[in-house]
Amino acid sequence: MRRDLQAIAGAAGVMLLASACGGAASTSASSSTAAAPAASTAVSSAPTATLVIWADDTRAKPLQAVAAKFQAEKGVTVKVVQKDFGKIRDDLISQGPSGQGPDIIVGAHDWLGKLVQNGAVAPIELGDKAGLFQKVAIDAMSYDGKIYGLPYAVENVAWVRNTALAPNPAKNFADAIATGQALVKAGKAKFPLAIQVDAKNGDPYHLYPVQTSFGSFVFGTKADGSYDPSKLELDNAAGLAFAKQLAAWGKAKVISSSISFDIAKKAFLDGQVPYTITGPWNTTDFTKAGLKFVVEPIPSAGGQVSRPFVGVQGFFISNFSKNKLLANDFVVNYLGTPEVAKALYDTGGRPPAMISVFDQVKSDPVIAGFGQVGAEGQPLPAIPAMDAVWSEWGSAEVAIMQGKGDPVQIWKAMANRIRAKIAG
Amino acid sequence: MSTATRPEGNDTTAAPSGRREPGPGPRLTRSGTVGLLVKLSALAVVNALGVYGLIALFANASWLGFAAMGVGLVVVDYVYFGKRAVAAKYLVPGLVFLLVYQVYVVLYTGVSAFTNYGDGHNNTKATAIATILSSNEDRVPDSPAYRLSVLSKDATLYFLVTDPAGKVSLGSAKQPLHPVGDAVKDSSGKAVSLPGYRTLSFTDLLAQQQKVTNLRVPFAQTGAGSLRTTDGSNAYVYRSTLRFDKARNEIVDTSTGQTYRDNGRGYFVDASGNTLEPGWQVFVGFENFTKILTDPNIRGPFAAVLTWTFALAGLSVLTTFAMGLLLAVALNDERMRGRRVYRSLLLMPYAVPAFMSALVWAGLFNTDFGFINAVLLHGAAIPWLSDPWLARFAVIFVNLWLGFPYMFLVSTGALQSIPTDIIEAARVDGASAWRIFASVKLPLLLVSLAPLLISSFAFNFNNFNLIYMLTGGGPKDLSAKVDVGATDILISFVYKIAFGGQDRQYGFASAVSILIFIIIASISAISFRRTRTLEELN
Repeated sequence: MRRDLQAIAGAAGVMLLASACGGAASTSASSSTAAAPAASTAVSSAPTATLVIWADDTRAKPLQAVAAKFQAEKGVTVKVVQKDFGKIRDDLISQGPSGQGPDIIVGAHDWLGKLVQNGAVAPIELGDKAGLFQKVAIDAMSYDGKIYGLPYAVENVAWVRNTALAPNPAKNFADAIATGQALVKAGKAKFPLAIQVDAKNGDPYHLYPVQTSFGSFVFGTKADGSYDPSKLELDNAAGLAFAKQLAAWGKAKVISSSISFDIAKKAFLDGQVPYTITGPWNTTDFTKAGLKFVVEPIPSAGGQVSRPFVGVQGFFISNFSKNKLLANDFVVNYLGTPEVAKALYDTGGRPPAMISVFDQVKSDPVIAGFGQVGAEGQPLPAIPAMDAVWSEWGSAEVAIMQGKGDPVQIWKAMANRIRAKIAG
Repeated sequence: MSTATRPEGNDTTAAPSGRREPGPGPRLTRSGTVGLLVKLSALAVVNALGVYGLIALFANASWLGFAAMGVGLVVVDYVYFGKRAVAAKYLVPGLVFLLVYQVYVVLYTGVSAFTNYGDGHNNTKATAIATILSSNEDRVPDSPAYRLSVLSKDATLYFLVTDPAGKVSLGSAKQPLHPVGDAVKDSSGKAVSLPGYRTLSFTDLLAQQQKVTNLRVPFAQTGAGSLRTTDGSNAYVYRSTLRFDKARNEIVDTSTGQTYRDNGRGYFVDASGNTLEPGWQVFVGFENFTKILTDPNIRGPFAAVLTWTFALAGLSVLTTFAMGLLLAVALNDERMRGRRVYRSLLLMPYAVPAFMSALVWAGLFNTDFGFINAVLLHGAAIPWLSDPWLARFAVIFVNLWLGFPYMFLVSTGALQSIPTDIIEAARVDGASAWRIFASVKLPLLLVSLAPLLISSFAFNFNNFNLIYMLTGGGPKDLSAKVDVGATDILISFVYKIAFGGQDRQYGFASAVSILIFIIIASISAISFRRTRTLEELN
């Protein structure tokens, strides 16, 4: 008796749940169509689609704002998932194949090599829209001759000068150091200049414009202008000249592995350092703090033009997405319009990649300053081989600054380790 | 086992609950009904989740998971609805968690160790072929853009396109593009509908978006390519040159006649060695394991890294245990006032996440601006983290800070569980305080703490967070041919090899983690066997 009762109750429980599931599914479907009266043209009760976007904290909010309008117009759901910027690329590669990944990611163009190597992104067709964007942005979004992303912002570092401490632009890097050291001696500044370096991993990205002023670059190029992983040029004569100079700066504590990101930013914010090399992600805080500063080209240390890396941020569509049509419609036809690009700029403040929007905002001297420096820059290499370069490059710079040995030997050993890693 | 040393009445948390079971009588039926209801709702939740999982797995066509989930659900229902499997009722929840969190992970790692899973090889062959073929489609240069409406008739999809000159054509997958005259145009001149066909709304498009994006509408003229859309409102002319030949298992470039063969290692490669990306995952046998043993880049620094790993693990256990025990003994003295406050304060480091503490310590050790050099040492420029020996010292020191509260906690517990009569007996016999500690307390403590010390050793053997956050393995060996630093332990060294190069190698990393497991498991097994002799002392 008791056992039968239990069995019946159990069966009833399962049935109840099954119906509850069904009920929940149908109510959620009807509620979401009800919430989208704009889609009144829809005849069938087709299930509404959900777009999932992965974005980092600085871009999630502006996206959320512009996505709201798209949701209302198209009667679909756009879910912006906030993720750590450094994790988006690798999580898409590892989670995408299982079907758990997003439809769209916000990312940097230098991820493309890895993303394409793993078949994680799908090419997009911008059609005539490609002409709306700066050429450097479209070039950066291309890999092996195909465009994989819609560019959103173009970013690079530049020389930021506190005009209260240093009213005149420096003639060259040595002049800047002299001015800085004079200020330190007078007790007006804490350091002559603040270039952020991580004590563990170095920061070759922020030092790159200084390095390129010696004529030293990472990779040579192929005939079509793309980077050639078999031509590592770090340890040519120009690179060795930079290494030697870096050792001298390290010894004089002009550039030091003790000046971390936090220390560099805080010192500039507090008006305790006349110069820093940084990007638009920090200048918003400088403006908020009421600092008087200008953004200008990095003074040359080696005699040639200082060229920073240019990074292009954009929207990529996952190759594993089951909503490709909706994703393409959102990215190309919605995000790719001047109104939305402007809205993204207004809430996010990133230097826009769309020419018409850039022209609207270039009256802002900070944006214009970064744009001017970026025009001389070089796109960050997107080839997978770059992954083998960063950590070796950075730790060699740290070792040289700390005077751990002959800079030439350290630099050469670094290049050889990178070559070995690229060779596999 | 350790029942001999368990205190009677000192342990306030666990003991009573086992004794106050409801007696037989009227209570049983009431609690029986409530229990039945609780049980039913719990099972209902389990079943609901299970059924949801089944549906999701079915939709994803992952049949292995579907079968496992189905079997699991049936077993759970059989065990809890039936009356026979009493023992299983107690075992099933543990077994389920064991399967999900241990067995599955171990099996997955084990299988991965025999594959080339990693960058370029993170998918199945079918997906790789589909990706290669679809990303090989190129838009025909300088071809016009077409404005598109998608129509349907008898379950077939059609493209109704308007070219830049305003000419309207219709076509489907089987029916090449041909001009139509009676299309209805909207105000912008785009053809939006055709009599006899139904125009798909945006919602309709979304409902069958994969069909729409996979549709290729050919031009009548051969070799002119085909129209496809990615967004449902614009169509462009594409031409694909690659074709997969299933019978010969190769991809052929129809424009050049070049063939890309499956090289058996997860790539299509042509005669001159050019590969098509992406590749796919294949089994490579024991290759990952032999690589650990034969690769000169790994073999070179291996001995030094292994020595330091043992040193770190051993010293960490020793220092934290000594410190924890010392404090525990000191704070166990009843004459000491404010013991609770001290005890709580001493647990603080334990309450902060270890990886954050390590980061903070890295900042404190900053050569020029760190608190230790700038304030405590009045501006000394001691290169704490960039000198090999100082860095090793710093790692052990920070680990002592991170680890002593745990040892303090377990030692305090174990100290309080030592019966006072034994100690009194020793005192009566005239033993000194040190003698009581060394000959009575410590052996008794070790009986219950030895397993914890062994697990602490195993934990520190793999203490990746500490190394990664504090020193990153550095300072780096600048003369080595491979990326290795003075404080790299086995796991951080392998991390750099597997993930620090151009391609991340998950298969190789799995193989190494199995090797590390074998090392730790053997050490633990030997140690546990040794601790048995301790127990026999009692």
